Amino acid sequence: MSLAQTDKYYLPQPSIWPIVGSVALLLMAVGGTMTMREIDGGLWILLAGLAIMFYMMFGWFGEVIRDSEAGRFNKQVDGSYRWSMSWFIFSEVMFFAAFFGALFYTRVLSVPWLAEGDTMQQLWPAFQATWPTAGPGLTADGFQFTPMGAWGIPAINTLLLLSSGVTITWAHWGLKKDKRGQLILGLAMTVALGLVFLGLQIYEYIHAYEELGLTLGAGVYGATFFMLTGFHGFHVLVGTTMLVVMLGRSIAGHFTAEHHFAFEAVSWYWHFVDVVWVILFVLVYWLI
Amino acid sequence: MSDAAHAHDDHGHHAHPTGIMRWLTTTNHKDIGSMYLWFALIMLFAAGSMALLIRAELFQPGMQLTHPDFFNQLTTMHGLIMIFGVIMPAFSGFANWQVPLMLGAPDMAFPRMNNWAFWILPVAGLLLMSSFLLPGGAVAGGWTMYPPLFIQGGISYDLTILAVHIMGLSSIMGSINIITTILNMRAPGLTLMKMPLFVWTWLITAYLLIATMPVLAGAVTMLLTDRNFGTHFFNAAGGGDPVMFQHIFWFFAHPEVYILILPAFGIVSQIIPTFARKPLFGYASMVYATASIAILSFIVWAHHMFTVGMPAAAQLFFMFSTMLIAVPTGVKVFNWVATMWKGSMTFETPMLFAIAFVCLFTIGGFSGLVLAIAPVDIQLHDTYYVVAHFHYVLVSGALFSIFAGIYYWLPKWTGHMYDETLGKWHFWLSVIGMNIVFFPMHFLGLAGMPRRIPDYALQFTEFNQIATVGAFIFGFSQLIFLWVVLKAIRGGEKATSKVWEGAEGLEWTVPSPAPYHTFETAPVVK
Repeated sequence: MSLAQTDKYYLPQPSIWPIVGSVALLLMAVGGTMTMREIDGGLWILLAGLAIMFYMMFGWFGEVIRDSEAGRFNKQVDGSYRWSMSWFIFSEVMFFAAFFGALFYTRVLSVPWLAEGDTMQQLWPAFQATWPTAGPGLTADGFQFTPMGAWGIPAINTLLLLSSGVTITWAHWGLKKDKRGQLILGLAMTVALGLVFLGLQIYEYIHAYEELGLTLGAGVYGATFFMLTGFHGFHVLVGTTMLVVMLGRSIAGHFTAEHHFAFEAVSWYWHFVDVVWVILFVLVYWLI
Repeated sequence: MSDAAHAHDDHGHHAHPTGIMRWLTTTNHKDIGSMYLWFALIMLFAAGSMALLIRAELFQPGMQLTHPDFFNQLTTMHGLIMIFGVIMPAFSGFANWQVPLMLGAPDMAFPRMNNWAFWILPVAGLLLMSSFLLPGGAVAGGWTMYPPLFIQGGISYDLTILAVHIMGLSSIMGSINIITTILNMRAPGLTLMKMPLFVWTWLITAYLLIATMPVLAGAVTMLLTDRNFGTHFFNAAGGGDPVMFQHIFWFFAHPEVYILILPAFGIVSQIIPTFARKPLFGYASMVYATASIAILSFIVWAHHMFTVGMPAAAQLFFMFSTMLIAVPTGVKVFNWVATMWKGSMTFETPMLFAIAFVCLFTIGGFSGLVLAIAPVDIQLHDTYYVVAHFHYVLVSGALFSIFAGIYYWLPKWTGHMYDETLGKWHFWLSVIGMNIVFFPMHFLGLAGMPRRIPDYALQFTEFNQIATVGAFIFGFSQLIFLWVVLKAIRGGEKATSKVWEGAEGLEWTVPSPAPYHTFETAPVVK
């Protein structure tokens, strides 16, 4: 009997990688907690966990790439990857929805409630419900900050990300027409746009902390601003990393005009990150 | 794909790992299903022992065995572990074993990710359980993790938040795997509306998990940053609101309630037709009812929060939308009864548990309707009535369906019939014990006894004593279950492929025990 292969479906052999990943997660959780609680040695455990996690990802994804290049993935496996990537992106949508929900709740409900009613009159009589705000308690204590404007770096970043959506589509056209030069150039441009975006985002954060007084602790505005843009930025980082892998694989001659779902999955992800940014730009930066 | 076949030949010579490495590296859905089920069983005994400690403390008023803070740790951990460590992994175990067998698929769509989805659960379990030994003890803020209390605790609160992240990751990976398997790996001819109802309920459950687990991740991330990084999501001084946590949390946790019960509906819908020897009554309406429950579950969350203060219009909306769920749930209950109507019924242990499920879950459903009435809820909120309600749906609902499913499929998994006499002892002791524990809690709640307290007023003594006696009967009868399972694994009467006279479906066409690899060539379903 064949061990794990059907003529219809590819079944992988037992794999060491998942349990390596579990060890990494355990170390990351323990190390992360120790770091947050300022216990000595926590940072080293966290870094060890991260290192093992990267090792696992190299090993696991490398195995999948080798399987793919060996032609072991048929149409049906391709279908599974398409479904799973769609559902994964849906889960990401719901993750961001939680934070956008928090932004909506604070702007529309909790901040106005803090400026009305007898209790509030006793607690913080001077508080005006405006947005952006650091909240009644912080404002009463004299905390001040300047909100981030929309039409400087954020507008440029919007342009960058929207352009990167174009370049990755252009790269995809190249791949489908077997124009490898166009594919590689398009991917390289997308990576470059992603990196410039990240650079500007870092610059914006430094500007916010050092000149605007806008920090993670700046009330609900600071919290929602940094958590939304921060998680988005993290997704851009992950997306750019995936694009770099796609670029490397393209240069190495991977993918065919018909068979390249890894590329498509990354481009779906990249477009998703794009859409989140546009919503962010409107709700976090613009409409204040 | 002839290339694939050749490539495989080079690949196929690897020796399969043995011993512990077999279990650590396995990509086999049956191995992984068994690990999920064993994990759930171990956690059941761990969290069950906590429940017995709670009941022992509550045997009489005054403080007997525990310190109040330790009592709070027990109730919190009992809830967290029973939900995330017992019921959910057990259903994942059923999904792993049964979904490929029922669909005629060779395995799950992503066998390696399947392994990882399981093997991060023990990591989360370790983070949770080890916090009992840390300074300050385990989390004591209730399984709902409400701020501000949850923001004030010590190191175990951080560990719990990360454990919740990891369990969510496990659920999301597991669900993506299950959904993809169902949508993409059905045997030729097995259309969606021909799928066994268990598969349907898991398809919808997986959708709920993917939709809500990330929301929970967002909520606990906000707790984590409020605790450690100076954000003010849940702090009014910074413009935030602790009630916001409740909104986000219950947006996750109400669908979670259906995540804990829809697979149970699926299991019961497999068992009742088998032992009534009739096809399931109203198959299509069962599918639509399941989907309706799932969709409605997203618009009822604030019925958990009637006492936090909200506009009357919102209370009315959440009250009526909650009551609306009784309609599809009623459809299901009537369909099960109609399936049994004029059936040629026999009462083996799986059927006994399934019938108990229908009766007792319905009691839990009715007390849910009572709690849905906003003005009544304001009286009953955070009393033992609520404890009675959710234990009727989770113990005699979810847990009984798990027992029913284990007895039903154990012969297929082990190749041996379980001991029917011991199974019946387990059933009767469980069903009697369970009612002795939880039925008096309705009266306690109506009389005003609050939940989550280690001490109580004298007039509540008798009912608490009855409940504690029931709890020990119920708890210790689970040792019979453990014994029955071990006995069936070690030997016993050989099971036929079909096992049950009235069983229908692809899983009954493979030998018992099911071979390590099944359906390597897909069967054709007419």
